[in-house]
Order: sequence, then C-alpha cells, then structure tokens
Amino acid sequence: MSTHATIVADTHAIVPNGSGAAAILAAGIGSLVVAVSGIAADKSPSLKSLFSIHKPTGALSGETTLAILVWLVAWAILEVLWRKRNVPLLRINVIALVLLGLSLLSTFPPIGDLF
Amino acid sequence: MAALAWLAVLSGTYIIYPWYRAAPPAGTANLAAYPRSLLLSHPATSQWHLIGMEWKEHVAWLVPIAITMAAFVAIRYARDLGRQPQLRYALHGFVITSLFAAGIAGFFGAMLDKNAPVDGGNIIQVVQGGKQ
Repeated sequence: MSTHATIVADTHAIVPNGSGAAAILAAGIGSLVVAVSGIAADKSPSLKSLFSIHKPTGALSGETTLAILVWLVAWAILEVLWRKRNVPLLRINVIALVLLGLSLLSTFPPIGDLF
Repeated sequence: MAALAWLAVLSGTYIIYPWYRAAPPAGTANLAAYPRSLLLSHPATSQWHLIGMEWKEHVAWLVPIAITMAAFVAIRYARDLGRQPQLRYALHGFVITSLFAAGIAGFFGAMLDKNAPVDGGNIIQVVQGGKQ
C-alpha cells in the first residue's frame, strides 16, 4: 500500500507589513492629538478661541479637525516611507497602543485636569 | 462600521452638541431647553456635564479613527492577516479599545439624555443671514 501526498507550495507573496504599521501608528498619533488638543484648549483661553472654528460646536470643532488633519498627514507620510518595507511591527504596535491608552485615559476629565 | 462611526461622531458633534450647549438668553428661568446650563445649574447634576459630557465629547472621536484604521488594514491585507499575527494583535487592541470608548460615549449619552433631554430646536437655521 502506498501513500500519495500532494504538497501545494504557497507561492502567494506576503504583503510587506509597512503599510499596516503606518496605519496603526498614525491612528495612535491621531488619537493622542484628540486628547492633547482637548486638554490644551481647556487650559488656554486663546487656544479655545482659536479652536472654535464652528461657533455652535465651540472648541471641539477645531480640536477634532486638528486631530483628523494630523492623523491623515501622519498616515500619508508613514505610508510613503514604509509601504514597500517590513518594519519592526512589535515595537510600533506597543507605541501605537500606548498612545491610544494615553488618549483614552487623558480624555477622562479628572486625569486631563492634572496637566 | 467605519462609515457608521463617522456618521455618529459628525452628527453628534455638529447637530446634537450645538443644541446641548446652546446658551440661554439672560434671565431665562426655565432651562429645560438648554441641557448644559440645566445640568450645571444644580450641584447634584453638574458632574454629568463636567465628567460625563466632557469625557464623552472627546472619547467618541477615538472610535472612527481606530475603526477606519482597522477597516483599511483588513481590506489591504485580507487573507494575509492570517500570516501576520502582529497586525492582527494590533487590530484587536484598537478595535477592543474603540468598542470600550464607544461604550463610554453611549453610556454617558444615555444618562445625560435622561437627566437633561436634548429636544433640538424648533427652528432649524441652516444659514445665518442678515435682515432683509
């Protein structure tokens, strides 16, 4: 009795992780800007006034617009730099998740008020 | 899901929130139409604004950023995600954190609305124009 086995080689090339890393780190940066701009506007009346680009919404309009712009610009720059490369993803994941965690904590007013 | 997250924060920030934070005219005794001022007018309810709304209005914005990133990575890598565990771990971290953030925003949204309902304006003014 003979056993026949067919081995199918997986020839599909793995996509470099740089593009994913760029999106992950940019999301961490954008999240942190949401928190930092909120704290900054709270501390500075002139920044609060500057961020009030849509009067009915107040400073929140400028804070979030700034965060979205920083997020998208950071994403675009990192994408251009990393899209064809493999980057140390573990380190980038840790940095991005720390930024996200800091954002979550510092949007909590009693913690944000400590700054 | 990412589109819904954007719809939620944009409508919340630019449609609902202006109704919530509208300032009452001087001398207004009945603050029912001005939820923010109503909450701040009483020590027993002021923390709903000072902690609840202040947290909710910012933390909700973490959700569309995280979910958009997750959607991009899931589409970009598709089946490759199975062979890139580090990417999967990051996606799980961001998605779980953003669900938690959405939970905070949803919880405080519900509680704020119970304590000071946002009814919206009777008049919808799209463009502020001068007198004719």
